[in-house]
Amino acid sequence: MATNGYDLPKPIGLLAELTHRCPLGCPYCSNPLALEGKSGELDTETWARVFREAGALGVLQVHLSGGEPAARRDLTEITKAARDAGLYSNLITSGVGINAARLGELAGAGLDHVQISIQDSEAQSADHIAGYQGAFARKNALAVEVVRLGMPLTINMVVHRANVSRIGAMVALAVTMGARRVEIAHVQYYGWALKNRAQLMPTRPQVEEAIAAVEALRDRHKGEIVIDAVFPDYFARFPKPCVGGWGRRSLNVTPSGRVLPCHAAETIPGLEFWNVREYGLAHIWENSPAFRVFRGTSWMKEPCATCPRREIDFGGCRCQAFLLTGDARATDPVCELAPTHALIERLAAVHEDTAYAYRR
Amino acid sequence: MQTRPLVSSDARPRLRRGVRLVHNEAQGGWVLLAPERLFKTDAVGVEIINRCTGEATLASIIDDLAATYSAPRERIEADVNALLTTLADKQLVEL
Repeated sequence: MATNGYDLPKPIGLLAELTHRCPLGCPYCSNPLALEGKSGELDTETWARVFREAGALGVLQVHLSGGEPAARRDLTEITKAARDAGLYSNLITSGVGINAARLGELAGAGLDHVQISIQDSEAQSADHIAGYQGAFARKNALAVEVVRLGMPLTINMVVHRANVSRIGAMVALAVTMGARRVEIAHVQYYGWALKNRAQLMPTRPQVEEAIAAVEALRDRHKGEIVIDAVFPDYFARFPKPCVGGWGRRSLNVTPSGRVLPCHAAETIPGLEFWNVREYGLAHIWENSPAFRVFRGTSWMKEPCATCPRREIDFGGCRCQAFLLTGDARATDPVCELAPTHALIERLAAVHEDTAYAYRR
Repeated sequence: MQTRPLVSSDARPRLRRGVRLVHNEAQGGWVLLAPERLFKTDAVGVEIINRCTGEATLASIIDDLAATYSAPRERIEADVNALLTTLADKQLVEL
């Protein structure tokens, strides 16, 4: 098939959303407002086929995610299928629902890496944010087991107004746990998180303090732990190169088998997603309308179309452009060159201290 | 730039747990995979990494490569040191 002025790229990462079921109720959940139910989930054998097709397509790493992937009783078989397909497997878990015995099974099935999310550095606040009493203790217990088995551990912390001042304490906790890597991710406002934007949005002084703190922490913990930090895009000058460019580096399979260019892509109305139950993954990657629509640069409008940064940030995030401007082809309003940039500055200054809308 | 000490010749380098070298046809070769990271590796890199078993010493790895490829030991040593310090800095290899 003809391409729109690009060479077909090869994806390197697959986000496998095994289920949308999750015991936690985090107000910043990035999953869509309408969740897919258990009855529509792909079975073990279909996931195994998807992994084999992904490996043949060039995918190197699979992220077993959700929801809480441990809600799937066949998680061990799914993990083994990823390993058998030659993929590097990364379990992204809340830590709730995996005991020592189950972790041992997963390790035996070839699981390469575990990522556990924490909500704060102290139990009371962490459990409050997660909307789940006792979650913090369970996460700690799982982290101990991961390290005891010698597996690499990443601690992921989603930061927002209520915990951004404790980044240092959270990194210290990750070091104590024996993590090799931490991910500091400011909340991104999609899906459920958008509902709680005013409750979660940090202030500009908080953001500036957090950026300085991360720099200092990298120096302090050099050689001890790797710190990856995602900049809060509402406070940035240029947009993030979302998913490394649409249909370029990664793909996402939903619990029911729909293949998305990014996990929020269903936000954009009118996109046609294809399903792994109907087509092979390579065919979907190349030909599915949802992948083709924003691949490359020919879909861009001004100021992106002639911008020297168009192949650096790819116009930013299509979902955010749609959510905030109503036009998925618009420049991401995060960009200071976007005609709608004033909107971002206005939204970044809205703070409400009312209760979170928990995801239930 | 900090100056780094050279890797000790007694070191027994090995890949850290959770780091794997895989071959992917579609990506055109060998890739070293670690949590959220990947490093494409050329043929020389593969030869070095495959010898990092945790048993062989650095000196013996260099000797072996120099003999296998009939190459000057100094050049091999420089290549091995450069690769292993890079991989150690990225926490992929234990020295």
